[in-house]
Amino acid sequence: MGTEPVTMRWDPQLSGPRAGRRLYGALVSTQPQPDVDAARPAIRLRGLRKRFGTGPQAVDAVAGVDLDVRDGEFLTLLGPSGSGKTTVLRLIAGFELATAGTIELGGVDVTRRAPFERDVNTVFQDYALFPHMSVTDNVGYGLRVRKVGRAERASRTQEALDGVRLGHLGDRRPAQLSGGQRQRVALARALVNRPRVLLLDEPLGALDLKLREQMQVELKAIQRQVGITFVFVTHDQEEALTMSDRIAVFDGGRIEQLGSAADVYERPATPFVAGFVGTSNLLSGAAAEQVLGRSGTWSVRPEKIRLDLDDEPAAEAHDRSATGVVREVVYVGSATRFVVDLDAGASLVALQQNVQTSSSDVDAYRGRRVRLHWDPRHEVQVADPATAPTAH
Amino acid sequence: MTALPPAGTSVAPGVPAGRRLSAWLSGRPRVRLAALLAPPAIWLTLVYLAALLALLTTAFFSVDEFTNAVTRTLTLSNVRDVVSDPAYLRASARTVGVAAAVTALCTVIAIPMAFFMAKVAPARSRGLLVALVLTPLWASYLVKVYAWQAMVQPGSGVIAWVLRPLGVDGPGYGLMAVVLTLTYLWLPYMVLPVYAGLERLPDSLVDASADLGAGPWRTFRNVVLPLAYPSIVAGSVFTFSLSLGDYITVQIVGGKAQLLANIVFANYAANLPFAAAIAIIPVLITVAYLAVVRRTGALDNL
Repeated sequence: MGTEPVTMRWDPQLSGPRAGRRLYGALVSTQPQPDVDAARPAIRLRGLRKRFGTGPQAVDAVAGVDLDVRDGEFLTLLGPSGSGKTTVLRLIAGFELATAGTIELGGVDVTRRAPFERDVNTVFQDYALFPHMSVTDNVGYGLRVRKVGRAERASRTQEALDGVRLGHLGDRRPAQLSGGQRQRVALARALVNRPRVLLLDEPLGALDLKLREQMQVELKAIQRQVGITFVFVTHDQEEALTMSDRIAVFDGGRIEQLGSAADVYERPATPFVAGFVGTSNLLSGAAAEQVLGRSGTWSVRPEKIRLDLDDEPAAEAHDRSATGVVREVVYVGSATRFVVDLDAGASLVALQQNVQTSSSDVDAYRGRRVRLHWDPRHEVQVADPATAPTAH
Repeated sequence: MTALPPAGTSVAPGVPAGRRLSAWLSGRPRVRLAALLAPPAIWLTLVYLAALLALLTTAFFSVDEFTNAVTRTLTLSNVRDVVSDPAYLRASARTVGVAAAVTALCTVIAIPMAFFMAKVAPARSRGLLVALVLTPLWASYLVKVYAWQAMVQPGSGVIAWVLRPLGVDGPGYGLMAVVLTLTYLWLPYMVLPVYAGLERLPDSLVDASADLGAGPWRTFRNVVLPLAYPSIVAGSVFTFSLSLGDYITVQIVGGKAQLLANIVFANYAANLPFAAAIAIIPVLITVAYLAVVRRTGALDNL
């Protein structure tokens, strides 16, 4: 504490073939990373609300959100469509005006400011590249608008394009680029302005799976290099778990849970989080009493559950176990998902790696009696929806 | 499960004739295309191209001075008359000037209107707004022109009446009145293409421009206007060419002003070949305009 907070600005020099060495050089020449200044988060949202429409058709897209985004963190807003996550992002960018509540950027209240007066940049879902401008002009647009001199503009634009490995395509029009390349241009166009916060609205949604996985790694690396706060919107829980420092799980315009990837996955606060991040696998009421010997609602992740045929010898004594019948077998390549109807009344999903089994082997399990067992450590109590304290 | 017979092969008896014809056509794309295109192609050739060709040839005929009957021998005399008399050159320049002024006025009025319709008004009211813009097109041309006569009338006209307290005279009859009336008449033809163009413009581009620090005026100039430009040009094809050919408005509110179409109108009864020669001028101007417009890619948006 006490030291001046140092925001490492993105330097495109820090990417490219010799990025590792340059990055190292930049890091050792910088002061030691200060503790996050909790008093001045990059973004602070208080009581944020957004209502669309009027009268009986009015919809509260954002229904009271309090959130502190730490300087330099990668925060993901995760939720199903219509959960309010994109609206929160658009409120931060200034494309929508809040119905109530405040938005602070670096301690400055920007709630009523226009988008062009906020020190944030956005990577849009459809990239929103200007079709009538070359790639270079697209990337240089923000600098041109801010009256950065021609020479500096040219060099910074080129650096930013080199940073996303598109330095050679500056003369192309967006229409002449592939989806992945457009995505990179959009990223360069936003980062070249060195904003305090970068907002990303499902930027990988339009890419195919392979490219998406590759861009996830790349985005995370860029974020680590530039040290800019990233607020990333997605409905893809795997993407959220892979990339984020913290995840805010949205539902119905509210934050259901805010925590690290491990928090929301292993210790879901509500049944909604348990269901949306991964497979829910809930035991409640009579089933919980019978299998776990305790009341309440409990979640066990599918990969924590082992599955044996009922006639095989039972596993270690400390394991929890329950018997049932396999209703469904879903072969997913590297693993198999078994849906088991428990004798106790609920049904659980068990995910087994196909270490020794093949697709024909696992199919033989359909309709068989099996025993599920797991370590009680992996039972997580989730709050009842009715009594759940809303996490903020 | 019984397998269906492959399409277009054996058709069971008892199938209606229409279905059998469809099945027969489904395997023959060329026949289908010919059947589809023949009626419009015949219509276009007979009514449109033939009429234009007749106009073109008539311009090279002459009239018998006593009977006023058209003599079908080719001569360049009409064309020579038109080109050599500076009065016709002046009339051409005046006509192009009026058409250009009408187009410019329509553009200036249509852009904010279309922008409001496409980007500001709530999506569910857009259909209504488009209908409101279209409504004047459903009213009779003559009614609208006479309404404007009442507007611009010197002394008792609405415009003169409004301007009187300011100590200014109304435009009265003349070229100004022609430009105002034609602007009113052709405005929907400009609003609709510009609206369609702006509606196609993704909102995210406007957001992105603001996000990158550009104020509203800058966003309009750097993003909205360049992307709407082809639609504006497309609209201008209507306003410009319709203005070039109008003579009724000029007769009613134009006072002493004469445009090309009035000369055609005044001559066609007495000297049809000469009228045809004059009529070729706006055709040529329109063709030249279209040639220029084609280079902007705007014709893809019509």
